[in-house]
Amino acid sequence: MPTLAPEKKSTRSGRPAPELIFGDLWEFDPAPETANPKLKSRYDLFINGEFVAPKSGKYFDTINPANESKLAEIALGGAADVDAAYQAAQRAFNTTWGRMPGRERAKYLYRIARLLQDRAREFAVAETMDGGKPIKEARDFDVPMTAAHFFYHAGWADKLDYVAPGRRVAPLGVVGQVIPWNFPLLMCAWKLAPALAMGNCVVLKPAETTSITALKLAEIFQDAGLPPGVVNFVTGAGATGAAVMNHPIPAKIAFTGSTEVGKIILRSLAGTEKKMTLELGGKAANIVFDDAPIDQAVEGIVNGIFFNQGHVCCAGSRLLVHEPVADQVIAKLKQRIKVLRVGDPLDKNTDIGAINSQEQLAKITALVAIGVKEGAELFQPACRLPARGYYFRPTIFSGVSMSHRIAREEIFGPVLSILTFRTVDEAVEKANNTAYGLSAGVWTDKGSRILKMSTELKAGVVWANTYNKFDPTSPFGGYKESGFGREGGRQGLLDYCQLA
Amino acid sequence: MSRLPITKTPKVYVGGAFIRSESARVFPLADAAGHFFANVPQCTRKDLRNAVEAAAKAGPGWARRTAYNRGQILYRLGEMLEARREELIGTLVHFGAKKSAAAKDVDVSTDRLIYYAGWADKYEQVLGNVNPVASPHFNFTVTEPMGVIGVLAPNTPPLLGLVSLIAPAIVSGNTVVALASEKFPYPAILLGEMLATSDLPGGVVNLLTGFRQELVPTFATHTHLRAIVGVANAEERRQLKLGAAESIKRTHLQKAEDAIDWFAATAQSLYAIRDTLEFKTTWHPIGA
Repeated sequence: MPTLAPEKKSTRSGRPAPELIFGDLWEFDPAPETANPKLKSRYDLFINGEFVAPKSGKYFDTINPANESKLAEIALGGAADVDAAYQAAQRAFNTTWGRMPGRERAKYLYRIARLLQDRAREFAVAETMDGGKPIKEARDFDVPMTAAHFFYHAGWADKLDYVAPGRRVAPLGVVGQVIPWNFPLLMCAWKLAPALAMGNCVVLKPAETTSITALKLAEIFQDAGLPPGVVNFVTGAGATGAAVMNHPIPAKIAFTGSTEVGKIILRSLAGTEKKMTLELGGKAANIVFDDAPIDQAVEGIVNGIFFNQGHVCCAGSRLLVHEPVADQVIAKLKQRIKVLRVGDPLDKNTDIGAINSQEQLAKITALVAIGVKEGAELFQPACRLPARGYYFRPTIFSGVSMSHRIAREEIFGPVLSILTFRTVDEAVEKANNTAYGLSAGVWTDKGSRILKMSTELKAGVVWANTYNKFDPTSPFGGYKESGFGREGGRQGLLDYCQLA
Repeated sequence: MSRLPITKTPKVYVGGAFIRSESARVFPLADAAGHFFANVPQCTRKDLRNAVEAAAKAGPGWARRTAYNRGQILYRLGEMLEARREELIGTLVHFGAKKSAAAKDVDVSTDRLIYYAGWADKYEQVLGNVNPVASPHFNFTVTEPMGVIGVLAPNTPPLLGLVSLIAPAIVSGNTVVALASEKFPYPAILLGEMLATSDLPGGVVNLLTGFRQELVPTFATHTHLRAIVGVANAEERRQLKLGAAESIKRTHLQKAEDAIDWFAATAQSLYAIRDTLEFKTTWHPIGA
């Protein structure tokens, strides 16, 4: 039975604040997801509709961050492979995809969405094993949202006259895309679906640590009969990505990743006429006013920062809480994260899975140490972590000031920095005082305040009384150093065409 | 004895005032016949930074104006051009334009202002929308001005090039720091005088004259300029994009080496307005 906590401080009514302490009384039985991810021991490049070995003959290991075991070998693509992929894409654009009526392109994208839905559980398990995210997120968010992106954009392919009223649109040709490791499959869809709907052909490089689901998606492209060369996947690390960016064929480069790498890309392409979309980092403010529904806000704060281990560019990593309710919110938050389940990502009860890589774990660990050193107050629940694999406890810092590095730098992990404010103007000032501008959250019961905050916040996405919601119809992208261009919705399509 | 006419001292319009360069530098301007016409301010990096400061100060107020009000002010700017049509044509002719070409430059510039004035309270209805998300949320996408925009005007047409770049930026609430035609800067001096009498708040449009070589590097690296629009040659484009990388500044640059038809119907566009807008999407749950 759960017990009531010993009496602590009295509330205003004079009664103790009740708190359910479950402790170790109820151990959760393991509830592993057992669907077969149907992994191959070796994954080749996907070029011109076929799986081909890299010209160098080299492969690298991809591991499961939950237990550090090897999952498969991934082809290490080089400049020659990237060139072959671009030649195939150009050929496909000239001979098949670029000439095909939109209604026919649409059918291929619909097919892809349907075939992915058929194999949803298999893909979810593969995504969780390769990237470390909890199976409930891969199953309920990543995979269905990927299918939804293809389904939504499919319907646009024969309605492109409505994308840019007053003007005719035409595809750009061949597009190069580089995606990150936090949503490996979903980012494929965000990048590919609008590009393909508009009639472009693509060379895409998945992230080094998470290539598997992209290559499984290539299997679906084969099953769907997608013409060869329309989509090509070249796997590898930074050098492969640079080859994808700097090849002369692509008319456009789309990149999702860190602001630091985004700037390197901008510099390297400064002398070219390539179009670009950049979806970069963030340090979002999640702002809680004193009239907010506090319990809902606490759930929103938890979802905002601990979703996908905090490996989310739009994560609500700065909590700005109104002074009158700061103590209450922080107390409830601590109580809430004590019962988050950290561990095996394949367990259906897991809330926080594995950190994607050893490198990322080291980065998070270092920034948290800096937070402590700079004087912020650290809180971590005493949860048990698995002996093997890359894990990090959900972490909150209170007493953070604007100048602290943990309030300014993107940590990209399950680490929340808490600041307080007194007035609406101060909240806006603190929220906007960052080079980033990707997203923000507002929690208040007052409608006019929501609309004022939404207007004042310099961010591409504002979640009011909710957080981390996504939809293919809803444009996503940043202000300022969080990048430019939008993904999703009618606005996102325009970034993959030229106006005739 | 014939009367000696009063010559005008050309000054640039910055922060709602007519100023000389802080450096006190000028360069001589000759008319088409090669005769001295006047000294024009040779603006510096410091002038550019001051202009950005003025533009940043004017930004929030201008963006808060109603769309209807911004439309009326752009329309009044068109009225100012029409009223001084003969003077503008005369000036362009004085610097070597044919009478018919000069008239076209002025008339199309005026019409272009009227075109963009009309967009002020309409572009949002075309570019923004409600998104039918698959969850119980009300979700809408609206546009917002980016902030301070750097404008690099082409050499020719001296008036229409400048007007075609400024109008779509300010109609949505952006403020502008523009570098006028290096070769034919005088029409920009006159345009400043019309801006000053068009109810446009000071600082919304700031016009600089001077040398591109001196000023383009600062346009490239100034982090408070959120976007650069205009015309640039290959080397300037490279330089601007390199500088823009440091603050992820948006660049929408047309090639100086291309023959740009500023008189074409496509030279005025809703999508020129879109170039200096950000899209913001707001979510809110639907429930009791």
